[in-house]
Amino acid sequence: MARAIWKGVIHFGKSSLPVKLYSAVQEHTIHFRLLHKSDHAPVRQELVDENGKPVEQKDIRMAYPVSRNRMVILEDEELEKLEPQASRDIAITRFVDPAEIDHRWYERAYFLGPDGDPQAYFAAAVALQKKNREGIARWTMRGKEYVGALRAEDGYLALIALRNADEIIDVEALPRPSGRPLAKPELAMAEQLVNALAAKWDPSQFRDHYRDRVMDLIEAKAHGRKPKIVTFRPRPTGEEKLADALQASLAGLRGRKSA
Amino acid sequence: MPEQPAPVRSFWSGTISFGLVSVPVALFPANRSRAVALRMVDRKGTPLRRRYVCSKDGKELDWDDIIRGYEVRKGKFVTVTDEELQALEPRKSRDIDLQMFVDAGEIDPIFFERAYYLTPAGGSNKAYRLLAEVMEKTDRAGIATFVMRDKEYLVAILAERGILRAETLRFQDEIRSPKEIGLPKKPEVKTAAVNKFAAEIGHHSGSFNLRDFTDRYAERLQVLVMNKQRAGKDVVKAASGPGDEGGGEVIDLIQVLRNSLGERKAPKPAPRKAKRARRAR
Repeated sequence: MARAIWKGVIHFGKSSLPVKLYSAVQEHTIHFRLLHKSDHAPVRQELVDENGKPVEQKDIRMAYPVSRNRMVILEDEELEKLEPQASRDIAITRFVDPAEIDHRWYERAYFLGPDGDPQAYFAAAVALQKKNREGIARWTMRGKEYVGALRAEDGYLALIALRNADEIIDVEALPRPSGRPLAKPELAMAEQLVNALAAKWDPSQFRDHYRDRVMDLIEAKAHGRKPKIVTFRPRPTGEEKLADALQASLAGLRGRKSA
Repeated sequence: MPEQPAPVRSFWSGTISFGLVSVPVALFPANRSRAVALRMVDRKGTPLRRRYVCSKDGKELDWDDIIRGYEVRKGKFVTVTDEELQALEPRKSRDIDLQMFVDAGEIDPIFFERAYYLTPAGGSNKAYRLLAEVMEKTDRAGIATFVMRDKEYLVAILAERGILRAETLRFQDEIRSPKEIGLPKKPEVKTAAVNKFAAEIGHHSGSFNLRDFTDRYAERLQVLVMNKQRAGKDVVKAASGPGDEGGGEVIDLIQVLRNSLGERKAPKPAPRKAKRARRAR
């Protein structure tokens, strides 16, 4: 049983729904410490001024650049006043079509669990699913303001923290790569190839093998064994060879299937 | 390695391959860091620099003096060199090998972690356009794993408006299920309760509005800064020094992307000229 990391109340129109929040993500990243090569002592970071003199914490300020050569210094007390007020509210601004929220907005997922009455909790999840809607939510958790999407996930409520508007680079702002029209036969072959490689999405078939290998290496070195080293070389497909490569790929797939 | 102030050149380049076709690409973040980038300064406004020192003798260290260590037990480290880590990468680690194509809508959004734009690299963008067009037409996402900067990624390659992007996905063992969390089983739910919520949802439905996504903290910060600037309080000259703590550098990522997607600033050459140039090649 995982521990809830926060408790809040969803304000769902006139209804309020007390919930507990759990992280849906559990990272398995390997964390290294930085060490001094010669004596293996941990590395410390310190802030220094232009003369290389260490600056004490109490003398460090934040500054906001207002133009190329001017900035405004902000005092700690001023910044503290900008901090959001603590609150348990998860306010829903509106409900939207899930298709309107792009994947690129997703930052981190949380599962919600009922805090008290499970009936209301599950009824809300069913209603979101039935209406095919996601709620746009705002809440303040541990001193930070979040924007997120409230959605039904496998019959449960999930809250996805989303990025802020100014963090996203819209694809509309970018030019479409252009060039000579693509040849029909090549398009047809590419489509055939994509179709031949079509599969059902199944996340269970992927595993972080690199991480496993790094852990094996650490293990081996801890026991005094030596690892071996290899290198690689990339080979792009030239324009003139594109059709051949497509044809060969399709032939290869056909061979595999009939075998 | 800790983040070093990185210029926005592409931050990875490699090839996407599907079947025997290889598409050289460069990879750029699709998200900018927050618009507000505060810098760390001293009382007088001098930018500060971060430096690494040995915790034992206090000596300043260069990158060459530093090595990664994994703590196998308290205070006991196994050191690992860059070469050793590189050797663990798959042979074709610069290859995003699309092993399968799935329905783009099938991937549970909970898996999505971070987005990158992929731009055509190398001479021709033909294979790039071909892949993008076919994926868009079939509404498929290519799935691959690859290693970048000492970490293996599971990615979905998606196409939109002729542009490819990579969405890193979490591995399944990083996602907890409601069952693992210990959420209760779904009880019988009363229709009346569902209808009540459904009515609320209907009542408050609307279309997507960017204003729901504004960064309110950043807005308050900007107001504070503007007021201080107007009052001429604590406004200092920004010395452009070596110090740049807190990401003061503002880079126009959009322009970088535009250039790398092949947008030409100069007017296009006359068609006849272009033809001749092609023939010459």
